[in-house]
Amino acid sequence: MRKQKLVVVGNGMAGMRAVEELLKLAPDLYDITVFGAEPHGNYNRILLSPVLAGEMTINDIILNPLQWYADNQIGLYTGKTIIRIDRTARKVIASDGTEEEYDRLLLATGSTPFILPIPGRDLPGVISYRDIKDTDEMIATAATHKHAVVIGGGLLGLEAANGLKLRGMDVTVVHLMPWLMERQLDKTAADMLKTSLEARGLKFLLEKQTEALIRGESGRVCALRFKPAPGYDPGDGLEIPADLVVMAAGIRPNTALAESAKIYCNRGIVVNDTMQTYDPRIYAVGECVAHRGIAYGLVAPLFEQAKVCANHLANFGIARYTGSVLSTKLKVTGIDLFSAGNFMGGDGTDEIVLNDPSGGVYKKLVVKNDTLVGAVLYGDTADGAWYFQLVKDGQNIHEIRDHLMFGQNHVGDVGHAGKTLAATMADDAQVCGCNGVCKGDIVKAIKSQGLFTLDDVRKHTKASSSCGSCTGLVEQILASTVGGAYTPSESKSKPMCGCTDHAHGVVRQAIREQHLLTIPETMQYLEWKTPGGCASCRPALNYYLISTWPGEARDDPQSRFINERAHANIQKDGTYSVVPRMWGGLTTPAELRTIADVAEKYEVPTVKMTGGARVDLLGIKKEDLPKVWADLGAAGMVSGHAYGKSIRTVKTCVGAEHCRFGTQRSMAMGVKLERMLFGMWSPHKVKLAVSGCPRNCAEAGIKDIGVIGVDAGYELYVAGNGGIKTEVAQFLCKVTNDEEVMEYSGAFLQLYREEGFYLERTCHYVARVGLDHVKAAVVNDPAKRRELHERLLFALQDYEDPWQAAVAKPAMRREYEVIKIKEVAAEVMT
Amino acid sequence: MSDWIKVCQLADIAPQGSRVVASSQGDIAIFRTNNDSVFGLHDKCPHKGGPLSQGIVHGDTVTCPLHGFKISLKDGAAVAPDKGCARRFAVKLDGGAVWLQLT
Repeated sequence: MRKQKLVVVGNGMAGMRAVEELLKLAPDLYDITVFGAEPHGNYNRILLSPVLAGEMTINDIILNPLQWYADNQIGLYTGKTIIRIDRTARKVIASDGTEEEYDRLLLATGSTPFILPIPGRDLPGVISYRDIKDTDEMIATAATHKHAVVIGGGLLGLEAANGLKLRGMDVTVVHLMPWLMERQLDKTAADMLKTSLEARGLKFLLEKQTEALIRGESGRVCALRFKPAPGYDPGDGLEIPADLVVMAAGIRPNTALAESAKIYCNRGIVVNDTMQTYDPRIYAVGECVAHRGIAYGLVAPLFEQAKVCANHLANFGIARYTGSVLSTKLKVTGIDLFSAGNFMGGDGTDEIVLNDPSGGVYKKLVVKNDTLVGAVLYGDTADGAWYFQLVKDGQNIHEIRDHLMFGQNHVGDVGHAGKTLAATMADDAQVCGCNGVCKGDIVKAIKSQGLFTLDDVRKHTKASSSCGSCTGLVEQILASTVGGAYTPSESKSKPMCGCTDHAHGVVRQAIREQHLLTIPETMQYLEWKTPGGCASCRPALNYYLISTWPGEARDDPQSRFINERAHANIQKDGTYSVVPRMWGGLTTPAELRTIADVAEKYEVPTVKMTGGARVDLLGIKKEDLPKVWADLGAAGMVSGHAYGKSIRTVKTCVGAEHCRFGTQRSMAMGVKLERMLFGMWSPHKVKLAVSGCPRNCAEAGIKDIGVIGVDAGYELYVAGNGGIKTEVAQFLCKVTNDEEVMEYSGAFLQLYREEGFYLERTCHYVARVGLDHVKAAVVNDPAKRRELHERLLFALQDYEDPWQAAVAKPAMRREYEVIKIKEVAAEVMT
Repeated sequence: MSDWIKVCQLADIAPQGSRVVASSQGDIAIFRTNNDSVFGLHDKCPHKGGPLSQGIVHGDTVTCPLHGFKISLKDGAAVAPDKGCARRFAVKLDGGAVWLQLT
């Protein structure tokens, strides 16, 4: 069959991103030909500002070198402008007469800088700021001339001004509006920005309209003249010197080609949600497009469009582009600034404001009907990504309204010395404490590898890929390095992993509604892109299946992480650690004697107490595990599941059994809870604690469920966490007796088991669904509570201690056996 | 070329699983993929020496249990952007048995 021909007009970021996405989906569907007006491969236009500022070179910002086109058999014409589309003959014609036929055509013609219609606009020394040529000219001019004027105090204008200043020019920014970046900032933030840029030596003339550019003796521009404003004082002077004028007063979608072919345009080439124009064979993406009446000028939306367009070009036909909420970061080194959504507020909105001019921090959050609709941050943008996500997801913020301003990370993040300001960090400051990654490493990787997403950065640098506590910081560094190209991950629709486009919630729902029972069945139904999944999605799928269909879905050990497969914790040297269960933290002399014997018999190098009040035997060889378990089992001890996404421990204080302050028998309560939950798999690990009085010696305030005895019964707390991010557990309700503690706790955990996403701790789960949702099911609805509790008990019935199972069943024991071979003679095949 | 040594039956290795063979050249991980291909690698991740035999097998790749490096079973090379290579051993299937060649 003849391959179809795809012609792409425009070799910029949007067009090539669409081609890249298409090659991922359907590498062999098309013969692809690309026309680019510029004489280069595809480069990262966003990073022209760092090039101008002298922080990077052109070579650093090339996204697809010419070799890439050759490797992918893409025909590339550089320096060729398409001037006509013949829709009847289905071909495009370039200015030099080159013709190319198409089956499908993709227009990615980008935009053109808006040139003010004023006298002198054609003079040498008057340029726009759009491409490599402009950047080169600015760099060359900075070496020979002194005075630069930038017309336009928006994002692009300020980045140009900053770069020219760093190149040694005397720079004035002329802006028509009363404050800078009025499309991204409110006046307060803009004034702080102006002050800070003035401190770097930039000059600003606001509310000035340029009337003409004046020709000097050399023929080059030499000055700029303003229109006299009403009430103008003649003493002020109307002219400023200018050897270089950069027009950065906005962009216009490049629609001339489409219009000449009579494709419907209205402030851009009009496309539907599949990025199709009014001619069904012709698609369009990027800055040339008007989608639902909006033409986007930032890169993040263009990438979303490219992805949707590729999906349809690949004949998948399932993606839709429904528009983008915009966020902005200014790429001026050392200035932290962020805005998103409706940051100006207005009718029906509330503004939550923090303003500290001397401290250089300003934050404004715009709230409407208990959702965050916009934000401006200046000076401290650590939570920008989080706010942006709240805006995009439209999440109800009612419960966190009182501390929304203080951000997501205001307590307990560890591992990077509490640093939250990415731009002010030194290059050698450590960002990721787990993997020892410094800010400089991250910035270098982003620039040299052309990274755009958090996942990319994680893959290349490992930063934030382990415990994740520095995620916000890494996102900020990413955002301030790539600016508008940065796309924060969307929590709701983020795909589980590279094997699928489906998010966790969609997968869980499909498993429940379609009664899917195996991983292959699930992958087939949801059209997994990889045959066997990966190490990230398979454990998640396995958990979803066994938790949704207990007794029906079969556990797949090969889809479990080694610790859960081997029922012990792997250590850095490949040995394992063994933690026998001690119900409620209680033990006996006989148990301790057995543990001591085991430790000696198997020469266990380290014996230590765990944080969950039990004994850890570290450094055991894998093949010894079943023997160790047999010895422990003989004394009645079972697995402590210290290795699983499962119930770990129920920590207890001494309680009313012995303690003179105790009001409840916390040890007995803890043992009952732990026995009820034995064998419970969950999205992530689960830890409980029971304290016998409000002195809370069992530290129940930082557990997934904390039970605190009071004279009249117990207080229940949920969703606490003592790990990476210290989260204080939230009060759920009061109950009067032990049975209620069991039922409420069981119901809460079952709700989490049914609704939680894999690797989501209870604190994250409750933050996502809201405590009100949990209360509605667990506290306010007795019937629902009982059902949840019963479903938990049903799932846990007949659970067998995995250690004794491994001892007893030869098929399971195989996991622990090393194969010995005879290396000479014996069974030799010729 | 040294001789082929019989290691075990294919059925002794779980699909998407592995076994460890102790040899004079160190531990060797023998992998079985979902479509019953078998591969042999030195049981040591090029990153920090993690036992690859203990990782999750997916497609023709194993993910190291220690820090998640993905290693191609075909040639032992780390999947980009990670770098490094685990030593490969020749393994073949014959008559339902798995054979290993030490070089």
